Amino acid sequence: MRTKIEVSGIRKGFASNGAELQVVADVSLTVGDGEFVAIVGPSGCGKTTLMNMVAGFVQPDSGSILIDGAPRAEPNAKGILISQQGSIFPWLTVQQNLMFGLNDHPEANKKGVADHYAAMVGLKGFEGSYPHELSGGMLKRAELARAFAVKPEILYMDEPFSALDALTNLRMRNELLRILEEERHTVMLITHDVEEAIHLADRIMVLSPRPTRIQAMFNVDLPHPRRLTSPEVQELRVAILHELGVDRHAG
Amino acid sequence: MKRIKEVLPAVAVIAALLAAWWLIVVETRSVIFPTPWQVVTGTAELIKDGTLFMHIGASLMRVGVGFSLAVLVAVPLGLWLGWVKGAYSTLNPLFQILRPISPIAWIPIAILWFGVGNASPIYLIFISSVFPMIVQTTAGVHTIERRYLRAAENFGVSRYTLFRQVVIPAVLPQIIVGMRIGLGVAWLVVVAAEMIALRSGLGYLIIDSRNAGNRYDLVIAGMIIIGLIGLLLDGVMRLLEGLKSVRWRYAH
Repeated sequence: MRTKIEVSGIRKGFASNGAELQVVADVSLTVGDGEFVAIVGPSGCGKTTLMNMVAGFVQPDSGSILIDGAPRAEPNAKGILISQQGSIFPWLTVQQNLMFGLNDHPEANKKGVADHYAAMVGLKGFEGSYPHELSGGMLKRAELARAFAVKPEILYMDEPFSALDALTNLRMRNELLRILEEERHTVMLITHDVEEAIHLADRIMVLSPRPTRIQAMFNVDLPHPRRLTSPEVQELRVAILHELGVDRHAG
Repeated sequence: MKRIKEVLPAVAVIAALLAAWWLIVVETRSVIFPTPWQVVTGTAELIKDGTLFMHIGASLMRVGVGFSLAVLVAVPLGLWLGWVKGAYSTLNPLFQILRPISPIAWIPIAILWFGVGNASPIYLIFISSVFPMIVQTTAGVHTIERRYLRAAENFGVSRYTLFRQVVIPAVLPQIIVGMRIGLGVAWLVVVAAEMIALRSGLGYLIIDSRNAGNRYDLVIAGMIIIGLIGLLLDGVMRLLEGLKSVRWRYAH
């Protein structure tokens, strides 16, 4: 597999009450082209900071980030960030939101592309709705559709489904896997939900508490669709939770 | 039925007030303070000779021109101030000093600069409504959530698209709030300004009615009409809040 993302030795600290607070300490990782990598870590460990650096919104203090072998540029539509709070514009309809990133398409095509992706995520019939008329799950679908519509090479997903209820969360995971079957993308997912990581990812990296570094790595060699109750999944889950310092009996 | 129940208390209070007013005027045998009925006949008189609509038209025209000019200046200026840090730090202190000066305090200077024609009240309306609208628009830009600006940055849109599809719609609800405040102030000010000079407008009607023979029925008629038109203007601005593209802001 060709290397898509190559992160070497990035560090990041923030000034906090006059003292330097080290958040990310010396993280190196690679993500292959078309690979789905999940990064799990305890809350407050610097997951989001790591993601923001890789996605280009925050500059690391040191280290390098290469995308396709070239130093990463300003944020652009080649890599779309989907965050927990979501960023669907509340003043635009679903269709207008989906058309937002389609700058390169001729004006006449935009509506068709938007409607195609709305249908793909199950939002057919809601193209003219405003976000405040939609449920949390539907907003996530719109967010995914808007990202897929610009055909990004990389999806950066930062706890994308964490704000959803358990049932909607599970539905969205299946939905994501179904779309990724159709349109292969490189995905970097950050989550605190070990089960979600095992459900979705090809490879799982476990982060240490702050200042964070990569503590362990797991390959998930299970075919899709994965049965979350299978012994292999349970075994992997216990191993990852152990790395996170959670007792296997309590977990 | 539910609607009737909702407005009933308000109507009852107004009715009680009218009754008390009537009773007190009759009981005290006041010769100068009118009864509600005298106000009604006075108003009818003004409608008949056409002067009422002339005064209303004059006041509305001054508010319309002054307020429109204020919107044209305040919205672009507010957006600029909100977006460009240097503009904000340069101009905001000046605006904060000018803003609390009552428009009434500007009257002598307005007369000095613009005389006693229409330009004076228009200037006063402009000066009174432009600052609240600048402040609201600027605050609107400052409170755009970063996640939306980030998303716009992420999709790599042009500056034009950024403004047209993100910044302006995000600020629009605040602009409308500013316009509501601005129009309310403008209506207050036009009446005050017309009391000084001029030969038309509802403010002139009130002062002129008192000066020309203590017609207090027409004074009160003028006051009530000012109140009703103010309510109507606010209602129009509230309609703007119902626009689909700004409802997201008021929906919660």
